[in-house]
Amino acid sequence: MLAYLANRLLLMIPTLLGVAVLIFFMLRVVPGDIVEVKLRGDGGNPSQATVEAERKRLGLDKPIYAQFGDWMVGLAKLDFGKSMWTERPVTEEIGLRLELSLQVALMATVIAILISIPMGTLSALLQNTWIDYFIRIFTIAGLAMPSFWLGMLTIVSLLYFFNWLPPLTYTPIYKDPWNNLAQLFWPALAVGYRYSAIVARMMRSSIIEVLNEDYIRTARAKGVYERLVVVRHAMRNAMLPVITVIGLEFAFLIGGLVVTEQVFNLNGIGRLFVQAVGRNDFTLIQAMVMLTAVVFILSNLVVDLLYAVFDPRIRYR
Amino acid sequence: MTLLRMTLAFFAALALTTGAQAQTPKRGSTLNFAITAETPHYDCQGSDTFATLHFASPFYSTLLTFDLPKYPAVKGDLAESWTISPDQKTYTFKLFKNVKFHDGKPMTSTDVKANYDRMRNPPAGVVSTRQATFQDIDTIETPDPYTVVFKLKDINPSMIEHFASPWNCIYPAEKLAADPNWPKNNILGSGPFKFVEHVKGSHVSGVRNENYFRQGQPYLDGFKGTFFSQSAAMLNSLQGGQVLAEFRTISSADRDRLVQAMGDKIRIEESSWTLNLQVVFNTRKKPFDDVRVRRALNMAIDRWGGSQGLARTSALRHVGGLIRPGSPYAIDPKELEKFPGFQHDMVKARAEAKRLLAEAGVPNLSFQLFNRSIAQPYTPAGVFLVDQWRQIGVNVEHRQLETSPYLAGMSSGQFDVAIDFSNLFMDEPSLGLAKYVSSSKAPENRSGFESPEIDALIEKQSHIGDPKERIKVIREAEKLILESSHQVPILWWHRIVATHKILMGWEMSPSHNLGQDLARVWIDQ
Repeated sequence: MLAYLANRLLLMIPTLLGVAVLIFFMLRVVPGDIVEVKLRGDGGNPSQATVEAERKRLGLDKPIYAQFGDWMVGLAKLDFGKSMWTERPVTEEIGLRLELSLQVALMATVIAILISIPMGTLSALLQNTWIDYFIRIFTIAGLAMPSFWLGMLTIVSLLYFFNWLPPLTYTPIYKDPWNNLAQLFWPALAVGYRYSAIVARMMRSSIIEVLNEDYIRTARAKGVYERLVVVRHAMRNAMLPVITVIGLEFAFLIGGLVVTEQVFNLNGIGRLFVQAVGRNDFTLIQAMVMLTAVVFILSNLVVDLLYAVFDPRIRYR
Repeated sequence: MTLLRMTLAFFAALALTTGAQAQTPKRGSTLNFAITAETPHYDCQGSDTFATLHFASPFYSTLLTFDLPKYPAVKGDLAESWTISPDQKTYTFKLFKNVKFHDGKPMTSTDVKANYDRMRNPPAGVVSTRQATFQDIDTIETPDPYTVVFKLKDINPSMIEHFASPWNCIYPAEKLAADPNWPKNNILGSGPFKFVEHVKGSHVSGVRNENYFRQGQPYLDGFKGTFFSQSAAMLNSLQGGQVLAEFRTISSADRDRLVQAMGDKIRIEESSWTLNLQVVFNTRKKPFDDVRVRRALNMAIDRWGGSQGLARTSALRHVGGLIRPGSPYAIDPKELEKFPGFQHDMVKARAEAKRLLAEAGVPNLSFQLFNRSIAQPYTPAGVFLVDQWRQIGVNVEHRQLETSPYLAGMSSGQFDVAIDFSNLFMDEPSLGLAKYVSSSKAPENRSGFESPEIDALIEKQSHIGDPKERIKVIREAEKLILESSHQVPILWWHRIVATHKILMGWEMSPSHNLGQDLARVWIDQ
């Protein structure tokens, strides 16, 4: 198991290297110049000499291969450089937002699991009953309704009915749990609903499929209690594709909640990503792509390890 | 009529503000307000975005400042008094003697000189977007710690307004000497508030400077400016009372929503704005090198009609020439109507536009309109233009790009026709006309148009002290520019600021860059 883990972690290196090379050169192909955005984006009128001086200061006057060399040397030292926009270390820029995004992703995942696993299971077990129909409508609505729209409805409803809005400023949960949850519960709920719809539908179809397997029939034939059949045999085996979906969705949530973050005015990774792209902030975009790649690789690794927990036939060597 | 309404609205707003000021200010409370963009750095002298000013102004003082109820008059900030020599080339400022930076050290003429030297002649690695503004300063002398003397190379009638520019924050000279880029990442001023924290992506906050040189001010205990990236979220917070104001603008639709939801709890102030959108023809490309084509396309735009419709959906509203309508150097509307693109009879204008296109050999013209992918007010302006040109048989593809590729395309001249913008902090003709200087001299003129005659007139007006004489030269330059139609205003913007009625002492102006130090702001509760 440890050898497998070490092997997977080592394999991350060439994958991340490939990502680093790709993102570096792709960004240089896209038209645009951060210096132009910085100095002229709001109608400024700097002299050409000022523009050139700023370009030189940011190292953008160097040949591409030299810029690439600097980036790779920095990566080897785990130095991701400074944001070209704010000129603060990108680790500082990202670190500030990662805590919030990670918490929203975790809360949304917990909400999704709490809703989807029982609902998906019930829907499968009570197939074609009114409960099943209700759950299917509930999940289809979740898929059809964008999270940001549900977020907007939530905000407007809170304002209209309670004349109350979630706090504007993020406070870490260890400093002020109430304030923290009052701010992040609503976006987590808006995102968690859509997330739960995807997982519940996967759970339902997976259980229906497993319930038709020979080993379930055998268990029932042996007289095992129905509850045990469902919980120990059906649900456990049905969890494998569900875990995959949960893992992928979780990784997506770290940087993919752009509009939801805007609706709730959250200072998260998604918003930072969009701002960085809009400004051509190369160093920040590169670091954030690397972060996203790491999150996806790690969440895939966790999912693979969880397979072994749920399916005893799977062994990693 | 529009101009009259606009003027009345502005003065009504001023009356409201003045009325608010007439009450005795109450000390205390913390002001929460919204900032709809976040500054990339803290250096006012190297910035051109309101995001820097709405963030940093409360921490800093400037030599002079605009007297907003009497706009465009100026008044002293750090300067207790000043004199201008009869030849208008020497400006002598006497500074207040009790000004201290937030670290307790006194602010003297050395600090003022160091900052103006930095702006007009930035050291290596320093970006000063004010360099051109102060190119007329020849020398700066400091005969004593509280006197600064600026000697100009030539007369500059707008220099006094430039001394009142909100971008001219005064930093401690010793900090600049140690690191000329120190103000980019550090805050230390002599303004009404002391810096507390800037949480990136979230907010900035400040606390009252108890040693502020104007006794009794500021009235607030502190402030917190929260950054918003989406107007809907900002509006919800404004309506819910989480923030008491957003000082840039809101749309007319948002104004109506707030008024309907909040009734008499919200105060609305409106003014025309020192911003405009412009249509730019790339004269390096055929057929836009032909003045007949440019004039035809310009004539097809129904600005008077458009101003009615666009005002309902966007910040665009006022028809004007090169100088903000209603401001001291603006063209008279009756005079403006004589120029192509500003006529009222659109049937006649469009017939003439079609004739000009046929004469130029492009009766079935097609091109791409290059625009910025910012919803307000770029998208409605683009849609409007496409529709206007369709009415004379011109087929236009509307191409909207993110800010970065948009600016790259504009700089490299890779467009046919584009929507550009002009953002001024005050009504100063030299600032407004800078965009019309030949492209070879002024990169911000994206049209590629060259005219030594226009350049000479723009240069000439900038050194005329007599306003009447200056207006004459400005009109001459404006005539040439509007007739050549290489770059012309579409419409000027309209500013709408919504504040909770308990917020007092804030003053409305035609520029969102002015009046943000919050020294006289207080909360009536």
